[in-house]
Amino acid sequence: MDNKKRTFIQAAAAALQNANVKGFFTGQIYTGAGKNVCVPGLNCYSCPGALGACPLGSLQNAVSAWKFRFPYYVLGLMMFFGAAFGRLICGFLCPFGFLQDLLFRVPSPKKLRTFRGDRQLRYIKYAMLLIMVLILPFTYKFTPFFCKYVCPSGTLSGIMLSAADSRLRSLLGGIFTWKATVLMAVVFTSIVIARPFCKYICPLGAFYALFNKVSAVRLHVDGNKCVNCGACAKVCDMAVNPVAAPNHPECIRCGKCVSGCPHGAICFTCLTVRNHAGTIDSKHKA
Amino acid sequence: MSWLKNENLLTAGLLLTAVILIAAGVAMKQNHQVLAKAVRICLECIGIG
Repeated sequence: MDNKKRTFIQAAAAALQNANVKGFFTGQIYTGAGKNVCVPGLNCYSCPGALGACPLGSLQNAVSAWKFRFPYYVLGLMMFFGAAFGRLICGFLCPFGFLQDLLFRVPSPKKLRTFRGDRQLRYIKYAMLLIMVLILPFTYKFTPFFCKYVCPSGTLSGIMLSAADSRLRSLLGGIFTWKATVLMAVVFTSIVIARPFCKYICPLGAFYALFNKVSAVRLHVDGNKCVNCGACAKVCDMAVNPVAAPNHPECIRCGKCVSGCPHGAICFTCLTVRNHAGTIDSKHKA
Repeated sequence: MSWLKNENLLTAGLLLTAVILIAAGVAMKQNHQVLAKAVRICLECIGIG
């Protein structure tokens, strides 16, 4: 997958999910029927441009409702996205992931691919999912903890809304200052580290990571073509070795390994059917 | 080969379960709950609290 092509898809997905252009000028959010449905990526429903609902916000809202009912609808949608695409959503459809990719292109003296403690820090996102999205909102009703104290996508929405609405601007206080600090930390870290929010914090990425090994869209390494040169692992921004684990939970399926393989040994597949030689039937190639 | 088939079956099972969950949610009008939250500015999300 060509990186330019992926950038185009990411830009198109972000634009499509935030096509309520009028909202950016008026400070009014979209209130149409589109908000019945959750979008696949992290896109705050209070973003002036948002046409759909945020899956994480909707999940927390359902979990923190006074009269708890199992969130069949939101979990069903998230499960559908996960089972169909896995973390391909992070790599191609998430607007916040796209923003981080753009920031990583900003020149900096040093780009960190991995560092000591990197692997351990990646478990934080699972804790975020469990504690901030599920347990705390369920325990303390009416408070979407992740949205309120962490989500930088919501902070961006707040900045855009308050820029157009002076009443909202006058209400910004301590929580906004904290969230703006989190956003700034994510922005500056994104210049040095590829997708720090996706790697360490995003509960939605953690949820989709659970499906990466079994999702319909997968990566496949052809054992007959692979010469173990390590070129794929070198180009991976998520520090995954696709040969060792082509569908690793950390893989966002950006396709850099597919285009970076000099032997064409890696490809996207959909519900892979392999023959005995370990190659893929061409009709099943995605 | 068999484990791959099983993997595909698992994927199909998950997709089917997801569709059933969505249908159950729609039947219980949970999509209205999503809409009701999403059409109002979420003060917590934007940092007002």
